[in-house]
Amino acid sequence: MNNLQRNKIKDKAFKYFGVTCTFFGIFILGVFLFGIINDGVSRINWDFLTNLPSYRPKKAGILTAWTGTLWIFGLTAIFAIPLGIAAAIYLEEYGKKSWFANLLEINITNLAGVPSIIYGILGLEIFVRLMGLGGSLLAGSFTLSLLILPVIIVATREALKAVPLTTRTASYALGATKWQTIWNLVLPASLSSIITGVILALARAVGETAPLIVIGALAYVPFVAKTPLDEFTVMPIQIFNWISRPQHGFTINAAAAIIILLAFVFVMNGIAVYIRIKAKKKSH
Amino acid sequence: MKKIYYVFAACSALLISSCGGNDTETSVEGQLEGSIQIDGSSTVYPVTEAVAEEFRAVQPKVKVTVGVSGTGGGFKKFSRGETDISDASRPIKDKEIKACEENNISYVELSVAYDGLAVLVNPQNDWVDHFTVEELKKLWEPAAQGKILKWNQIRAEWPDEEIHLFGPGVASGTYDYFTEAIVGESGASRGDFTASEDDNVLVQGISGDKFALGFFGLAYYEENKDKLTLVGVDNGNGAISPSLATVKDGSYAPLSRPLFIYLNSTAAVREEAKTFVTFYLNNASELSTEVGYIPLPSDEYAKQMAKFETFVATVSKGMEENDSAEESASEEGE
Repeated sequence: MNNLQRNKIKDKAFKYFGVTCTFFGIFILGVFLFGIINDGVSRINWDFLTNLPSYRPKKAGILTAWTGTLWIFGLTAIFAIPLGIAAAIYLEEYGKKSWFANLLEINITNLAGVPSIIYGILGLEIFVRLMGLGGSLLAGSFTLSLLILPVIIVATREALKAVPLTTRTASYALGATKWQTIWNLVLPASLSSIITGVILALARAVGETAPLIVIGALAYVPFVAKTPLDEFTVMPIQIFNWISRPQHGFTINAAAAIIILLAFVFVMNGIAVYIRIKAKKKSH
Repeated sequence: MKKIYYVFAACSALLISSCGGNDTETSVEGQLEGSIQIDGSSTVYPVTEAVAEEFRAVQPKVKVTVGVSGTGGGFKKFSRGETDISDASRPIKDKEIKACEENNISYVELSVAYDGLAVLVNPQNDWVDHFTVEELKKLWEPAAQGKILKWNQIRAEWPDEEIHLFGPGVASGTYDYFTEAIVGESGASRGDFTASEDDNVLVQGISGDKFALGFFGLAYYEENKDKLTLVGVDNGNGAISPSLATVKDGSYAPLSRPLFIYLNSTAAVREEAKTFVTFYLNNASELSTEVGYIPLPSDEYAKQMAKFETFVATVSKGMEENDSAEESASEEGE
């Protein structure tokens, strides 16, 4: 009796502890969002989205910044997603356990934790200088692809691991080859988790500033990039630049740009959730 | 899946087509074309951004881009010939001069505006009336680390309270300049202070701490007058507060500094870059005021313009001589 009561109290206590933890994070996020929206939402209008950068806070817009972010997002997705998923499939499904595989595994996990500016320095030497791409969108998205590849690989491997062995053996029992099994069973079953990992990785890429500044992304770009070889700027650089300016008008601009960037990430996540639900329905 | 192929195809097509593009300068009715790459100090950035924006109204086809790699980062690119103009909040260092020489980069240094470095305390601080340069040195020099920790160690009548220091990050030109002017050696200071690359963070820090002291660009004080108290600096001629007048006439010493642009000689012969620099010097006075800096005296702009014109003339002359020399010799490199 006593024991039972104690356990029930423990149970309740843990539940409330968990609820507190959850709401603590949401509360902090709420405070941030409130502050930013309060500062910036009145600044958002069509002109803000279509104007070029300017030294007059009221005239300044984020056209080149958001188009740059869109370019970087698209190119990085094109490079990083196929490479990352294919690498993960190889490592998880085909790679044999050996000292070399172990070494690769440790390195990839470690790479996921390397500070982003280090990737920037690597990108500067290899893509900007050695390959002669300059501070272009292509160099930027290559660098960010490197940055998020480990994240995609690790997430995809975890997703593949979660597919039960019984599913695979059943497929083999019916005479399917390894590739047929992977393509028709393993990938569809793990697709929703893979997409979650990919979206988290891409959201990180969209928020990066430091490596892009290192490779030579600019702050003032008065034209929209037309090719992947054009110079560019991105939203986080524009936001960083505005926040560090003395005039109050730029702080408001920064808040408004943050709202736009948040909305962008939010829409991306929304699309991912939609794809995930569709994928789940299909696999059932 | 098909869509992805389209995107790939589109990208590669764009890649190929853009390789053929070339930035040539053709003047059609005074309209120039081409591009000008600028990078460097984030302190000079607002001035250059303003000039680039106004220049666009005059020459819309010239693509001027401005980066913010910092003074040092900017010079790294400049010395490799990757940029045409480098923004700098301090003069070029010997190491950087050497790098330029190694890559055969010649350049001209032009000052475009002044920035005052302000020394600031919290508004609740009622004991400080001014600092002498000696006192600032005693407080900031490397030997002060871990030793000068209280206000009364600087002046005995000041309170027996801890002093909290705030300053710009060690990679900034602002930090280099302050240490050079106060300590006597660029980059030499105590390490136990709160550093931030974002001056607005320093404003926050000082305005929230009664025992704080810090320094940063005057423009940040101008925008936060209600949160900070400006302290005058005595360099032997009485305490002088930084202001438009005292920075411009040079009496606020040693904490007012010129801001520079450095122009690469290969850019100096390109019509669009020449026009841009001329435009820069003609408009720097008005635009630097607008973004919070202090313009040079007007005769100083004339001097900078003369310096620039002499440089252009020398470079063009050198080029002509080189051209005739190359004609007789066989083709060498690019």
